[in-house]
Amino acid sequence: MDTLNALANGFSIALTFQNLGLALIGCFLGTIIGALPGLGPSNGVAILIPLAFSLGLDATPALILLTSVYYGAMYGGRISSILLNIPGDEPALMTTLDGYPMAKKGMAGEALALSGIASFVGAFFATWGLVFLAPQLVKVALLFGPAEYFALFALAFATLGGIASKNQAKAALAAGLGLGIAMIGVDGQTGVPRFSFGEVHLYDGIDFLVAIVGLFALSEVFIFLEHRGTPKATGDASAVKLGRLTPPLSMLKQTAPTMARSTVLGFIAGVLPGAGASLGSFIAYSVEKRLVDKDKTFGTGDPRGVAAPEAGNNAAAGGALVPMLALGVPGSGTTAVLLAMLLALNITPGPLLFTNNPDVVWGLIAALFIGNLMLLVMNIPMVSLFVRVLLVPPRYLMPAVAMISFVGIYGISGSTFDLMVMVFFGVLGWLLRKLEVPLVPVILGILLGNQMEANLRRAMTISDGDWSALLASPLSIGLWLFAFFGFIMPIVAGRFFRSKLPRTDSEADPD
Amino acid sequence: MSDRIMGGLGLLLALFFIWQATLIKESFISDPVGPKVFPIIIGILVGVSSLAIFFKPDEEPEWPEFSRLFEVGMTVAVMIAYAYALPLAGFVVSTAFAAAFLSWRLGTPPVKAVIAGVTIAVGIYVVFHLILGLSLARGPWGF
Repeated sequence: MDTLNALANGFSIALTFQNLGLALIGCFLGTIIGALPGLGPSNGVAILIPLAFSLGLDATPALILLTSVYYGAMYGGRISSILLNIPGDEPALMTTLDGYPMAKKGMAGEALALSGIASFVGAFFATWGLVFLAPQLVKVALLFGPAEYFALFALAFATLGGIASKNQAKAALAAGLGLGIAMIGVDGQTGVPRFSFGEVHLYDGIDFLVAIVGLFALSEVFIFLEHRGTPKATGDASAVKLGRLTPPLSMLKQTAPTMARSTVLGFIAGVLPGAGASLGSFIAYSVEKRLVDKDKTFGTGDPRGVAAPEAGNNAAAGGALVPMLALGVPGSGTTAVLLAMLLALNITPGPLLFTNNPDVVWGLIAALFIGNLMLLVMNIPMVSLFVRVLLVPPRYLMPAVAMISFVGIYGISGSTFDLMVMVFFGVLGWLLRKLEVPLVPVILGILLGNQMEANLRRAMTISDGDWSALLASPLSIGLWLFAFFGFIMPIVAGRFFRSKLPRTDSEADPD
Repeated sequence: MSDRIMGGLGLLLALFFIWQATLIKESFISDPVGPKVFPIIIGILVGVSSLAIFFKPDEEPEWPEFSRLFEVGMTVAVMIAYAYALPLAGFVVSTAFAAAFLSWRLGTPPVKAVIAGVTIAVGIYVVFHLILGLSLARGPWGF
């Protein structure tokens, strides 16, 4: 009952005029960002964080804005999948398999409406899952000491790198790069400068917002520049006829069990650290295909093949917030970016968040419910509006994205040096994406590096320098084992999974 | 080949990082681990993974032809120039130039690119400065 009271309190926060307005703007922007090919939820949130920050929003409103963008982008990704056969982001990839064939059959409107409803079902029930599961996880997290946290961070790196990447060595390199960047600046424990080479600007370390915007948003601009003139990432939505925008009742009845199963699977995939929404939609689609595809209609425009991945990826988006809020360990690329937001607002996610800042947590969760309703309304009757946005060519859009990235970072610090660091990270991100080095472990390293080190040193101080203390409790042994297998298993199983996934152009999009 | 180069550079970076870590000054306040150990662990991680990439490279990625690489380089130069120009020429003028350049390089014909650049700069100025009150760089003309 405590949980429900807290949630009710959250609604009283989320239902203020300002917060409702921000949720509405966030949902709208998010849907557009998700719908545009190439700009996924992580890019979208990355561009908007510095903006929300420099506009001086309080913690709760800022979070509401950004999580609305996050949920909105998860909804929007399906629009270009269905209409153009180009996934707006990686989780929407599976939606192309049946969504585009449906559109070609002249059922684009129905496919969009059905996928909108499936997205709603997935996200709505996953948010309930978050309400009940996160406080339970918090109770477990309260048993964690520094040694366990250190192991937990290692687990996050192992699974995020392990599952999301094709090449374990590259994931490890990415994590190392991020952690190394986090070491720049004055050491928190002893106050000595490290890796700053006497450069005053580096004493404060590299601002992770600068790094994130560079790695995600600017590198995207370079990718577009490189592929200019090729049909990659552009399409023609004007040719598609929408048709009716309401799915027939029989279609809803047919897909209801699919949505239910996919929601559960997606949520579980989201909660597991590192798996994220791509795995959620992939598993939902594969299981559904195995269970119900008796007439081999999947892949030819079966409505169940549209409902499954959409319910799955939106449920995963909700699930990924569970470890992010309760443990401070993100479950996906986008939640890693959201974690950056929390840290920028001086809020440390983790078990204490629920006791120290209940307003933030529950206001946010209530806003997710409200945002979902808004998204459902936006995505059924208003979908033709978003379809029109797809007609804006990238040659006008990407310069605006780049300039807004600069505005956001300049707004925070007013420092030319930071802008140059951002350009440096943009180039680095572009190179890493070309070389298929995943970006999420880099971000995670920059975000968690200092905390990881602090926990290691705290654990060592408690044990007086005895390294075996890292493996002293069953909990930490369990976490290390999970981390080990999380890193090793994908080398074996990942090949198998990846070989079954269709090829994608957005291979470097981390969520 | 690209992966081998990356592996080699990664290894050099790791060695440099570890060497720099050993030079970190210890402070009089200290703990059993100190400020050097964790960076050294990271250096080893980077070194080992770079070796693995060096010896087991992936397929060669598709690099763009030289003219495109040159354009990416030019764009980086324009972005750096933009960062320098912001406090000197102000937000609207610098942004109009940078956005027009980007739009042009992304395939817009020159005249339209200039219009796009000016529109983007003024649009951002109106939305973020006039409506939302964000302070942007001021040039000699105040905008």
